[in-house]
Amino acid sequence: MYKLNQKKMPIYEALNNYKSLRRVPFDVPGHKRGRANKELTEFLGLNCMSADVNSMKPLDNLCHPVSVIKEAEELAADAFGAKHAFFMVNGTTSAVQSMVMTACKRGDKIIMPRNVHRSAINALVVCGAVPVYVNPGVNKELGIPLGMSVKNVKQAILEHPEAKAILVNNPTYYGVCSPLKEIVKLAHKNGMLVLVDEAHGTHFYFNDSLPISAMAAGADMAAVSMHKTGGSLTQSSFLLINNEISSGYVRQIINLTQTTSGSYLLLSSLDMSRKNLALNGVDIFNTIIELADYSRKEINKLGGYYAFGKELINNDSVYDFDTTKLSVHTMNIGLAGIEVYDILRDDYNIQIEFGDIGNFLAIISVGDKALAIERLISSLAEIKRLYSKNKAGLFDHEYINPLAAMTPQKAFYSEKISIPINNSCGKISSEFVMCYPPGIPILAPGEYITKDILNYIAYAKEKGCFMTGTEDINIEKINVVSEFDSRKE
Amino acid sequence: MELWYTEEHSPNVRFSIKVNKHIYSAQSEYQRIDVMEAEEFGRFFTLDSLMMLTEKDEFIYHEMITHVPMAVNPNIKNVLVIGGGDGGTVRELTRYKQIENIELVEIDKLVVDVCKEYFKFTASCLKDKRVNIYYEDGLKYIRNKNNEYDLIIVDSTDPFGPGEGLFTKEFYGCCYRALNENGILVNQHESPYYKIYSDSLQSAHARLKAFFPITMLYQAHIPTYPSGYWLFGFSSKGLNPIKDFDAKRWNNLLIETKYYNTNLHVGCFQLPTYVNKLLENSYE
Repeated sequence: MYKLNQKKMPIYEALNNYKSLRRVPFDVPGHKRGRANKELTEFLGLNCMSADVNSMKPLDNLCHPVSVIKEAEELAADAFGAKHAFFMVNGTTSAVQSMVMTACKRGDKIIMPRNVHRSAINALVVCGAVPVYVNPGVNKELGIPLGMSVKNVKQAILEHPEAKAILVNNPTYYGVCSPLKEIVKLAHKNGMLVLVDEAHGTHFYFNDSLPISAMAAGADMAAVSMHKTGGSLTQSSFLLINNEISSGYVRQIINLTQTTSGSYLLLSSLDMSRKNLALNGVDIFNTIIELADYSRKEINKLGGYYAFGKELINNDSVYDFDTTKLSVHTMNIGLAGIEVYDILRDDYNIQIEFGDIGNFLAIISVGDKALAIERLISSLAEIKRLYSKNKAGLFDHEYINPLAAMTPQKAFYSEKISIPINNSCGKISSEFVMCYPPGIPILAPGEYITKDILNYIAYAKEKGCFMTGTEDINIEKINVVSEFDSRKE
Repeated sequence: MELWYTEEHSPNVRFSIKVNKHIYSAQSEYQRIDVMEAEEFGRFFTLDSLMMLTEKDEFIYHEMITHVPMAVNPNIKNVLVIGGGDGGTVRELTRYKQIENIELVEIDKLVVDVCKEYFKFTASCLKDKRVNIYYEDGLKYIRNKNNEYDLIIVDSTDPFGPGEGLFTKEFYGCCYRALNENGILVNQHESPYYKIYSDSLQSAHARLKAFFPITMLYQAHIPTYPSGYWLFGFSSKGLNPIKDFDAKRWNNLLIETKYYNTNLHVGCFQLPTYVNKLLENSYE
């Protein structure tokens, strides 16, 4: 049960009051409640434009909340079972970065699985912390990275007892959860903080049949993407803290990089979505779980496809599974996940979240209806009938263990040269290469470029994955650390 | 007191019927259902305030969606009707003795219940022994069918709302698979006149053409539908609606109709030039 009245929406209420005053605006934003650009106002609607206002006394200030934002933060903390909740308007990316920068200074070690989102490694480039990668297990049949096992985390702690923190995905993009409670126990025993990337786990806080949330597991910080599965506007997010973390210090860290013009559209969407989930989350996510379970069952009935679920749980690298994720393995119909993703969009007018080499992922959330699910399932039946082919020739890829030569920061800022990617084998990369989505780096700054990695990149490109990360927009050239700087290492 | 039912046939055109009595109104899981009575058209019902059928002119739609395919293949025995919860299409089908099985797949049970109560002139034949009713999404129902039906009739609402899935590429592909080698698919194909309807017509035609070797359209005059001019699609794996049609054979069945006849059968496939152009320029 909640301590506070979760029906309240302080930011929303303050905005409504403010709108009814019809105060004459001689402040920013310069569109003056939508009067500056008729075309824009017609497109977004007057309601939306009139709520796009600046920080001011009756509406509080995101950089230093003392009234309605403070109250909204308290309500959010209560809803998520955290000590404090920060409203984030620069995406979950900034929440992940604030976690890393709170826990680590330059040179500090942080234990993390390699299949983190680019935002985590970006944080290392910014603050100069040193990653200690834990090999996530791999499911060879599906070709997907899993979670961290207790054994591997123990080993990493033993080898790097001076590490300051452990970063955990809860869950991964595919829905895989690590033994979070166990990891928290281990970390705390060794004086390390536990930071949890819950970009794909907002719903864990509102339904007991889902995997355990970071706050419930006793973790110290969590980055929660309210906009991904919680229904708020794109780019809005929560940063949660727990235990002994100082909220004042975290606020300072957030303010290092977050905008001073926090959008009230984003803030009110967080406030209102928090209320919706606190009051209706159990029912909403029961429906979603039901829809996803139904989809898995129907897709598996089609044959060829494998929509995976809780059967992956092995009490080790797959400690739990988020059943709201509809991840489907496609290799057995002879198509790469990204090919099914493209056919669904181009031929069937269905946009899904992402496709990689062996799988695609559909997000099922608050907004979904059963009829749309039927369209997805029937389209998959048709794709199998019309396009399926022999599996031979499909790339059977496995997780590639990174070989780190230097820290991400050092590699990113070192003397570098741009060379054709095909000639880069054996060099140290100074930048990222990844498919986006999912945004998990194939190559991160400071890692050796190997033949396996180059083969993988070539294959992903050929299959039509959207590649990103390099300075060269065409991903034909790559920045590598110069010979001189490499030798110094 | 004056009571009028109004439907917007386009954003700038309204069609109104003077109503004597609003008999029934309810919101089902999928749509709002209203039953009204009018001097001019008798009893009628709407879904999400769009006209579905009236007592006076429903014969045109139901005869045309049924007798055209039935006259092309006299051996039709196994029929699937998707939508059509009012029972009008099934009523026309039950007049053929050779039909052995009629499956009616209607997503909204309330439509069938309301029609059984208020539209006995269309729904009474749903009691026929050959009829089996399934309350399910048509797209889901057909997904697992293979080489089963002689005829599929898509008697759906417009492609906005619960009927949306029945105008998609995946649906037509599943229909193709569900039909046997002489299979025919007939669908209500919207109006060519107002843009919002003709857009749907074009995309549906392009999608059907991608699967079926024969895709032709035929027309009827339906006073209470937008523009009063409506099209049906005839798609098949091989049977041609004119070359494989035998007028004498159908006339010998002695089925009495009010709109359909064997001369009109041939004529209804002769479309106006602007419609032919619309079809030539169809894209998804």
